[in-house]
Amino acid sequence: MTTVEWLLRPDSTPEKLLLMVLAIVLFIVVMGAILLGIDRLKRAPTWAVVLGFLGPTLLFLGFGLLYPGLRTVWGSFRDARGREFVGLDNYVTAFTEGQFQIVLRNTALWVVLVPLAATMFGLVYAVLVDRTRFEYVAKTLIFLPMAISLVGASIIWKFVYEYKPDQGNVQQTGLLNQLLVWLGMEPQQFLLSQPWNNLFLIVVMVWIQAGFAMTVLSAAVKAIPDDIIEAARLDGLHGLSMFRFITVPSIRPALVVVVTTIAMATLKVFDIVRTMTGGNFNTSVVAYEFYTQTFVSRNQGLGAALAVILFVLVIPIIAYNVRQLKLAEEIR
Amino acid sequence: MRIQKRRGLALVASVAGLGLVLTACADGNDDTGGGGGDAVADVDCADFEQYGDLSGTTVTVYTSIVDPEAEEQRASYVPFTECTGAEISYEGSREFEAQLPVRLEAGNPPDIAYIPQPGFLRSLVEDFPDAVVPAGDAVVANAEEYYTEGWVEYGTVDGTLYATPLGANVKSFVWYSPGAFEENGYEIPTTWQGLLDLTDQMVADHPDIKPWCAGIESGDATGWPATDWLEDVVLRTAGPDVYDQWVTHEIPFDDPQIVAALEEVGGILQNEDYVNGGLGNVASIATAPWNESGNGIPDGTCFLHRAANFYQANWDESLTVAEDGDVYAFYLPGVSEDDRPLLGGGEFVTAFSDREEVQAFHAYLSSPQWANAKAEVTGQGWISANNGLDEGLLQSPIDQLSFDLLTDDEYTFRFDGSDQMPGAIGAGAFWREMTAWISPGQDAQTTLSNIESAWAGM
Repeated sequence: MTTVEWLLRPDSTPEKLLLMVLAIVLFIVVMGAILLGIDRLKRAPTWAVVLGFLGPTLLFLGFGLLYPGLRTVWGSFRDARGREFVGLDNYVTAFTEGQFQIVLRNTALWVVLVPLAATMFGLVYAVLVDRTRFEYVAKTLIFLPMAISLVGASIIWKFVYEYKPDQGNVQQTGLLNQLLVWLGMEPQQFLLSQPWNNLFLIVVMVWIQAGFAMTVLSAAVKAIPDDIIEAARLDGLHGLSMFRFITVPSIRPALVVVVTTIAMATLKVFDIVRTMTGGNFNTSVVAYEFYTQTFVSRNQGLGAALAVILFVLVIPIIAYNVRQLKLAEEIR
Repeated sequence: MRIQKRRGLALVASVAGLGLVLTACADGNDDTGGGGGDAVADVDCADFEQYGDLSGTTVTVYTSIVDPEAEEQRASYVPFTECTGAEISYEGSREFEAQLPVRLEAGNPPDIAYIPQPGFLRSLVEDFPDAVVPAGDAVVANAEEYYTEGWVEYGTVDGTLYATPLGANVKSFVWYSPGAFEENGYEIPTTWQGLLDLTDQMVADHPDIKPWCAGIESGDATGWPATDWLEDVVLRTAGPDVYDQWVTHEIPFDDPQIVAALEEVGGILQNEDYVNGGLGNVASIATAPWNESGNGIPDGTCFLHRAANFYQANWDESLTVAEDGDVYAFYLPGVSEDDRPLLGGGEFVTAFSDREEVQAFHAYLSSPQWANAKAEVTGQGWISANNGLDEGLLQSPIDQLSFDLLTDDEYTFRFDGSDQMPGAIGAGAFWREMTAWISPGQDAQTTLSNIESAWAGM
């Protein structure tokens, strides 16, 4: 075995240990050189500093984001195997075939409903528990789902929706259906009844994102200056009108950030659909269909086209988000 | 000075971190060969001399077989690793079908992969002609000696043998409870009509029980059990020749004979009087998990469940799988008693390297020595189409029955059709449309036409 081979493929434990020691020594030498070198270079030229800080970022953005992004756009104009140029065919398929129209419809449903519902729940909840005795417990409860992965949450909700027929001695195992049976109703197949099954999937995302909305909005609500509230109260505002004319306008920038952030997360939703229905029963969304087309059906062109569509859909949300951030800074 | 000290600390911390990473790496790659399962007794190394001394070499294996079955796989390699000195590095992944093309594309192929679908093998050979290596002489010799022509054909693309069969399974089975049959005086049907008559008899005797139970939910592979239903019935109502033309797309996917076959399947699966015992109505088939859908048989909520021999792994451990036990299976009958088509499947060993040790391991996997070693370490639920397999080593009655049917000339064997079709159809549109056929109940013609248009558009 030559030396080089030994270094690249250590087999026994002593060899591995020795390699580890070597690597550590090398690391110390390099780090030491850098740390000492920085002290010496008190007056580095501006371009070197700029390059030092910006260079790696640009490099990673270029190779990790820009290049794959351009490759995807390029691939979306080519056929299933990426060999021949097919023009806009993939986009025509994505927008005209019934199967994909349903996918686009579902995505629209998700993007409209999830941010609105999650933000609304979060906001109402934040305002209701604000400055109450049990605020911390209440907030923790609603924030907990954030800590659960999307796949985990989907499995939990799949159990909630589980269906067993109302027949003989068959017992319900799903929470919702057991509740229905107790109320004297027929158990329902929540994941099958179209188009409502989409809403039952959306509930999972809302359940997770409401905690995020609540946390951010609660902080914003607390940041409303007391003198404004006092002035409004003196002018006779209470309850709902206080919420409508003082609270909501005061936290508008935070609201916009929350809605757009959740909207972006929703556009990328994949795990919930894959775990709960596998895209069957007309519940597929763009991000999931992109995966199935690229890796299951091995139709790279169509997959790339769906990815580009997703990208284009995100752009206005990001643009709006950035504009709002700028406006907020100007006010400050 | 303070800053200097902090820096020293940071340095120590980084070094410690690096050390951790390195030790983690050192532990990582030790999972080779051996381990788990019952050890193979008394290895006779004489059979392995042909492979030569392979000490110091490693063969990487990438498969869709994960624990606990993977443990039996690794145990079955012990004779090879002990006699030749080669190491086998085994990696099983549930994402196998999606990941293998990615690895090939990235120029990082495994040495050996077990491909469960001949259709997938064909598309790999077409897409990556340089990556897939044709079988070596020893492998070809084994394939010709120990496998029937049909099985060799499944591993052949354009006249070149690439892959050899590993395991095999038989899908034309209906599971039932021998006790319940005896109690009600039911006989095992020997014709398709007999099966339907028996079902009617069950409905008449037990108005509150739906005779059949079925489930096709299987994560992102949802729908596949329904494709097996259709294939089994096409073999019966249209015959093996039409089946072959259908599978190879010589006739359209929605040929009238196939539509008729799907309607015949619908006579059971879409019949509210027949399904879905203990699980709900017809639509519940789409969400009932495949691996639990037969539980109604021991529970007494259904009588019949069509599933492959490997379904035996899904029964509760307390149940005995035997003709005089708690659950057993009978052959899904043909249209007449003499008409005996048999649907089955299997995995295929494919090599991506012509290194000596890789070819030797491929040859070992295609030999009776491996088949017998595998049978020895497997408790139940495994058979091979290798005719050198010693039937006495099979430990469960259903495995013995499967092997009998597989090697009986009176049964016409056909490989699972969806596995032979291109992946986008056989593991995509076909699954999806069959699921839509169950729920929301899309009609047979539309279902098959949708698959046809997906295939025509490729």
